[in-house]
Parts: sequence; structure tokens; C-alpha cells
Amino acid sequence: MADSGSGDIAVTGNRDLAAGESGSDAKNTVKSAAGVRPTTEAPTCRVGPRPAGLPGPRGCCVAAAGIRQGTTLLKTMEINVAEAEKRTGKNAVNMLETYTVYLIETRPVDTVSEGISPTPDSLWRRYSEFEILRNYLLVTYPFVVVPPLPEKRAEFVWHKLSADNMDPDFVERRRVGLENFLLRVASHTALSNDKIFFTFLTEENGWKEIVFETGFQAKADSRLKALNATFRVKNPDKRFAEMKHYGDELQSVISQLLRVRARVADRLYGVYKVHGNYGRVFSEWSAIEKEMGDGLQSAGHHMDAYAASVDDILEEEEHYADQLKEYLFYMDSLKAVCRKHELTQFELEMAAQDLSSKKQQREELATGTVRTFSLKGMTSKLFGQETPEQREAKMKVLEEQIQEGEEEVKEKNSECDEFVNNAWCDIERFKDQKDHDLKEALISYAIMQISMCKKGIQVWSNAKECFNKM
Amino acid sequence: MSGGTPKTLCSSGQRSLQEICHPLSAEDSSVLTPSPDVGTAAATGSIGEKDLSLPNGTPVDTSSPASSSSLLNRLQLDDDLDGETRDLFVTVDDPRKHVSTMETYITYRVSTKTTRAEFDLPEYSVRRRYQDFDWLRIKLEESQPTHLIPPLPEKFVMKGVVDRFSEEFVETRRKALDKFLKRVADHPVLSFNEHFSVFLSAKDLNAYKKQGLALLTKMGESVKYVTGGYKLRGRPVEFAAMGEYLDVFTQKLGTIDRIAQRIIKEQSEYLVELKEYGPVYSSWASFEAELQEPLEGVAGCVANCCSALEELTEEMCEDFLPVLREYVLYIESMKNVLKKRDQVQAEYETKLEAVAFRKEERSGMPTDVEKCQDRMECFNADLKADWDRWQNNKRQDFRQLLTGMADKNIQYYEKCLAAWESLIPLLQDKQENGKPETN
Repeated sequence: MADSGSGDIAVTGNRDLAAGESGSDAKNTVKSAAGVRPTTEAPTCRVGPRPAGLPGPRGCCVAAAGIRQGTTLLKTMEINVAEAEKRTGKNAVNMLETYTVYLIETRPVDTVSEGISPTPDSLWRRYSEFEILRNYLLVTYPFVVVPPLPEKRAEFVWHKLSADNMDPDFVERRRVGLENFLLRVASHTALSNDKIFFTFLTEENGWKEIVFETGFQAKADSRLKALNATFRVKNPDKRFAEMKHYGDELQSVISQLLRVRARVADRLYGVYKVHGNYGRVFSEWSAIEKEMGDGLQSAGHHMDAYAASVDDILEEEEHYADQLKEYLFYMDSLKAVCRKHELTQFELEMAAQDLSSKKQQREELATGTVRTFSLKGMTSKLFGQETPEQREAKMKVLEEQIQEGEEEVKEKNSECDEFVNNAWCDIERFKDQKDHDLKEALISYAIMQISMCKKGIQVWSNAKECFNKM
Repeated sequence: MSGGTPKTLCSSGQRSLQEICHPLSAEDSSVLTPSPDVGTAAATGSIGEKDLSLPNGTPVDTSSPASSSSLLNRLQLDDDLDGETRDLFVTVDDPRKHVSTMETYITYRVSTKTTRAEFDLPEYSVRRRYQDFDWLRIKLEESQPTHLIPPLPEKFVMKGVVDRFSEEFVETRRKALDKFLKRVADHPVLSFNEHFSVFLSAKDLNAYKKQGLALLTKMGESVKYVTGGYKLRGRPVEFAAMGEYLDVFTQKLGTIDRIAQRIIKEQSEYLVELKEYGPVYSSWASFEAELQEPLEGVAGCVANCCSALEELTEEMCEDFLPVLREYVLYIESMKNVLKKRDQVQAEYETKLEAVAFRKEERSGMPTDVEKCQDRMECFNADLKADWDRWQNNKRQDFRQLLTGMADKNIQYYEKCLAAWESLIPLLQDKQENGKPETN
């Protein structure tokens, strides 16, 4: 793996007013289809090699040697999801199925900046493999707001859009979404240094075996269980509770926005398309006119052009919808991090509670007084007191348990603290990213509207000229 | 913001039957004191310079493409039309509501300026209601059956559906009535019609109407051109072409009307969704910090687009559709005239044929047949002249109508464009002045 070059990477956002540019010259762009700059420098997170003595987060996240702490993969590697292709093959139950694969291309950045453009390394991956990668990341980095994948099935469709997964428009938007996912992961300080992620990008065969070997599947199951469990935390960090609430609100409002937008799109389509009828009737009318004929006929053509223009307009708007959808899905990750905090806090509280009850038992045993009801206490009352030997044995066990308990509480405490620090750090990073990205999305939406208005003015001005010649 | 509820005119108020001055009585015409020796507008000063406005103060829209500005009309003293110098100017304005215990109706002021000798005075100002215009049209049709009489706006309106006294409806009607009188005034034959002159000048039209009725029954004027039952041999090519043209043209107008209505419907439904769309951005803004201003900005833009769209739809309803429908009516009456012409020709041909068989009378063409031939030739000539005039007017009218439609759409997009463009610097500014992003 090459050392990261001294030169700066031109990670440019696509802020062009000519919306719709594919940005093929802006190589390392994290595009939510309309150009979004990733925050490549995350605020300092303690994610590198851990100071001695403290347990690290479950699962190793420090990548191969040579990657310095605080850098991201994106600085050294250019990543593209270049193409999509249909394949047919036998699935697990030996039935023939058709699915889509996506070509991931990677290239060391140095060569690009030096002007050499070697053929990139590439491999094919299907959507389900991306899902596996993401699940692995969720489990391994519970304190990170993990980027979402593009939707599995088309939702919030308006009538013209096909809800079919094989539809070329859907596949194309998915390709962009997958590339976006990879770029976001590659620009995250913690995630991008993950070995499994690196292998995902570079080794087509055998990756699945490697990832399953990490045993993340089992953790994934218990994680899900924990996330869905109900438990009451006594002292949660208020910030996380607020974040979770924010996540709910944002999900709700974006869903609503997407639904209404789809209806608006549907109606706009109707308005434009009906104008196409003018084209036909003007043409027919012009046939019976002498001087008026030419003007009418050409005006009719403009009406046809007007009606046809709505297709492109709405296709562009889908990009905006995709940007919103990304953050809709992001909320699940955000809420999961908050939930994980609750879980760790809960475990800490449980451990502390356990410890304190053991200490209480010890006290009771020592003083002989029974403060609280316990079955042992009752039985001993009923069946007689214990012998001093028995009591001593019990005391010894309790002392051991208390010592273990104290260590556990200490451990859980620092775990909790560390989680809170790392998670909150990442949440702050995410908040900034979200504000930036959504503002960009709104800007590009406004630009789309402006373009639509200008086209409308153009068409009607042309038509007016024709009418004037009548 | 243009609302959905139509505004009503202020009425002259509820008064008892005795108190109510007849709209055509001295009260209104006292506004205009005719001085016999001065033949200019300066004497009265009221018509020429007075601002046109509805009773509630809103200025009358004189910029509508569908009707000529009445001010312009008054000033065009030297305008050449068909080689003639215009000497008759007519305007319809100042609608007023009259409420009586019997009925409520609207009257319009009809103002005339003329140098024609047939008129006693150079200027007149009378008040007329729709009934009067309808009467005039019928009289014109009866007395000038060989000519194309311009149409009136539709007589009947469904009481529950349309508010006959809303400002929009009255204004639409006024424009149509104004156009009707102007077309008549511009016609070289119709403008000299006696009924027309009386309509423009008489203080008490009802008296004249009754008198005319009596006269009619005596002279049987209305029976004059009623011929029927004759079979037509061959229609001259030009008239056949006219008929065909009118048939196809009516069809196309009907289609355009349907398309326009459909567009209005689609736009209304689009508006409904837009009105729900904007507020979602606002409610999102309510729990955001950095994003609050941009989101509110978007909500504001959408709201602006909503009101622009409402205006567009309203204008299409008020200005575009009525003119289309007017032409459909025009064509209907024109087809009737063509039919009458056919009848006159058929009568002539039949009578001519009958004479040809009668070998005895060779002294000359019987006067009856001669009269028929005369009648036919006059009819054909009048009709041809009117047809050309009509084609010309039609071309101008539709050019105006369609460029008007294009204009309205351009204005709509311009309003929306302005709204969105004003948002951009606000958003981009914040983005650059906000948290510094490392590149």
C-alpha cells in the first residue's frame, strides 16, 4: 500500500450550476448524485492503536501497517463504481436467477496525480455483498454512524417510475448510491482503515469466506436482539436521547416530504403532457388556414417540445430525492449508535447494581444482620444457622465475586466512557456532514427549479414568436 | 394574494321601488350635460379624462388582449379602417349592480362619440343591461339577415355554479359586450342600422322596444326573409368552402377549449399538492438549527410559486376560455347565415325553373323571379364582404389570444424564477461563510 502522497487530493464537489453534469473530471467525488463533498478530515477520534492497559473495541479495526492514524483510504486510493451488468446464475436453492453486478474500480492516487493513468484494478460485486460488508461494519464499529446503502427496492415512486429492480434507471441510480457508500466509508478515519473493507475493494474471490471468519454474524444477531430489547436506563446521556429523538423526527419529516414530492411530480407530469395536445390540434388547424398556417404549425412544435421536456426535469429531480433518501436511511445508523450507548450504559448500571448487592450480602454475612430479604436468609432462619466454617467459605466466595465485580464495573465504566467519547465524536462529525450535504441538496434543488423555469420561459417565448407571425 | 372567493360589487343598495331611479333615467345622464353647440369632450370632461374604475375603486383592466382599450378607442380619431375614416366610437364600461324587490341585475354604461349626421348629439352616455344587448342582436339579425352579426357572451348562466355578480364574471362579460358593440360599430353596414343608433342614444329604450314590436307585427318585417322548403341544386364553390371551413374550425376550437380546460384542471390539482409540499419544509425547519433558514427559504419559494400558479389559472379562465367560446357562438350564427343564403338561392333557382317551363310568358322575367335574383346577388355580395372582414378580425383576435396565453405562461415562469434565484445567494453565502471545510 503506497504511502499517502504529500500532495493534496482534489476532492472537489460538483457545485456547477449546470446541474446534471456527470462530473467525470472530478474523480474522487462523493456524489450523492449531485455532488457532495465528504468531510475527509474527521475531528480527532481515538481510533488508532490503543494505549496499553485498556481493552480495545471488539474486533480489530487497525488496518495493515503503513496507514497512519488519522488518514483515510480515499487519500491514497481512487474508487469508482463504474458499471452495472446483468448476470444469470444458480442461487442457493439451485434455481436460476437474474441479478445485477457492479464493477468496482480502484487505482492508487499517486499515479493519477502524476499524469499516468494505468488501468484500474477492478472486481464485480453484487448488492448482497455490499449488505454483508455493511453489517460487518455495523457490528465492528458500533460507535460510528455507518453510511447507508441505497434502497433495496424502489420506494416513494410516482407513477411513471418503474418499481422494478431491473429497470435501467433504477440500476443506474443504485450504481451511484453504491459508489457513494464506498466513498463515504473510504473517507471515514476509522472505517476506511479496516482490513475487511480493503479486501472488499481488492479481492473478488474469497472475500466472503474472510469476512465470515471474523465471526461477525453471531455478533450481528446479538446486536439486533439487543437493539430491539426494551430496558430502562437510569442515567442515560441526555445528548444521545436528544439525538435519537432528532433521528425519529427527521425520518418522519423526510418520509412525508418524499411522499408529497412524488405526488407533486405526478401532477407536474400531467400538466406538461396535456400541452402536447396543443401540438396536434394546431397542426390540424393550420391545414385549413392560409396566412395563419405557418405560425400555428411552428407554435405546435414548440408545444410538443414543452410536453417532452418534463421527462428530463423529473429524472433530475430523482437525484434530489436520492439525496434525501440517503439521510432518511442514515437515521437508522444514528439511532443505532444512540441505542448502543443506552445498552452499554445499561450493562454498566447492571454490573454496578450487581456489585452493590454482593457488597451488601458481604456486610450482612459479616454482621449477621439481615437487611433485605433473601432466600438464603430465610432458609437459614428456617433450617438453622450456618456453621462458622460454612460462613467463612461463603465469605471467601463473596470476596472473590466482589473483586471480579469491581474489575468488571471498572471495565464497563471505561468502556462506557470510551464509547460515549468516540460515539459523540462521530456524531458531531456526522452532524456537520449532514448540515453540509443537505444544504448542498437544497441548493441543487433550487438550481433545478431555476433551470426548469428558464426552459419554460424559452419555450413559451418561442411559441409567442410563432403566434406573432400568425 | 388572489383568493378563491370572487369579490362582489358594491350595489346601489336596497331601496324601495319608488325610491329607485330607473337606471336609464335622468340621474345618470345628468353626468353628461349635452351642450348643443360644443361638439367636443371638453365640455363635459367626464368621459374623456375620467379614470375607468369599478365602484369599489379597482381600476378597470384596459390592457386585456381580448378587447381594445376604451381610452385608446376614444383617442383614435384619425384611424383608417377599410379606407374609411372612423367616425363612431363606442365603449362599454362601469358596471353597476341594481337591486330592486323584483330582481337584481347589472347595467353597463355605453358611451358613444360620433360625428355622424344621423346622430343628434356628438356624445351619448346611456345605461344598458344584458337584455338590451340581446334585443339589439336579435333586431340586427332580423333586419340584416345577409350579414354576419357578431356574437354575444352566453345568456344563461347556471345560478348555483357561477356567481353572476362576482367581479370576475362581470368583467368578463363587460369585455365581451364591449367587443360586440365595437364590431358592430366597425361594420360599414351594421353601424348604420337604426336599431343600433337607438340603442346607443335613447334614454328610454323600453319605450322604443314596445313601439318597435307593434310596428313589426303590422309590417311583418320579421317574416321578410323566411323562406323554406326549397331544394338547393349546387352551392357555389366559395360558399361551400366557407361552410367546410367553419365546420372544421368549430371542431378545432372545441378541441382547443377542451385542452385548455384540461390544463386548468391539471394545474389545479398540481396546486393542491404544492400547497401541501411547502409546509413540510417549514415543519422540518422547526427542529433544525443550521438548516432552518435554507428550509424556510425553500418553503417560501414554493409558496410564491403557488400564488403565481393561481394567477395563471385564473387568467386563463377569465381571458382565454370566454374568447374561445365566443368564437364558437360566432360560427354558429355564421352557419345560420350561410343556410339562409342557400335558401335564398334555392328559392331563386326553383322559381326560375318554374318560369322556364311556362312557355306562354316570354315578355320578360317576372318581377317575382327578378326580385329573387336580386335578393340572392345582394346576399352573396354582402356575405363575401363580411367573410373577408371576419377572416381578418379572426386572425387578429387569435393572434392576440394566443400571444396572450404565451405571455401569461412566461409571466408565471418569470415569477417562479425570481423566487428561486433570490434563494441561491442566501444559501450559497451561508455555505461559504459557515464551517470552514478542509479540502
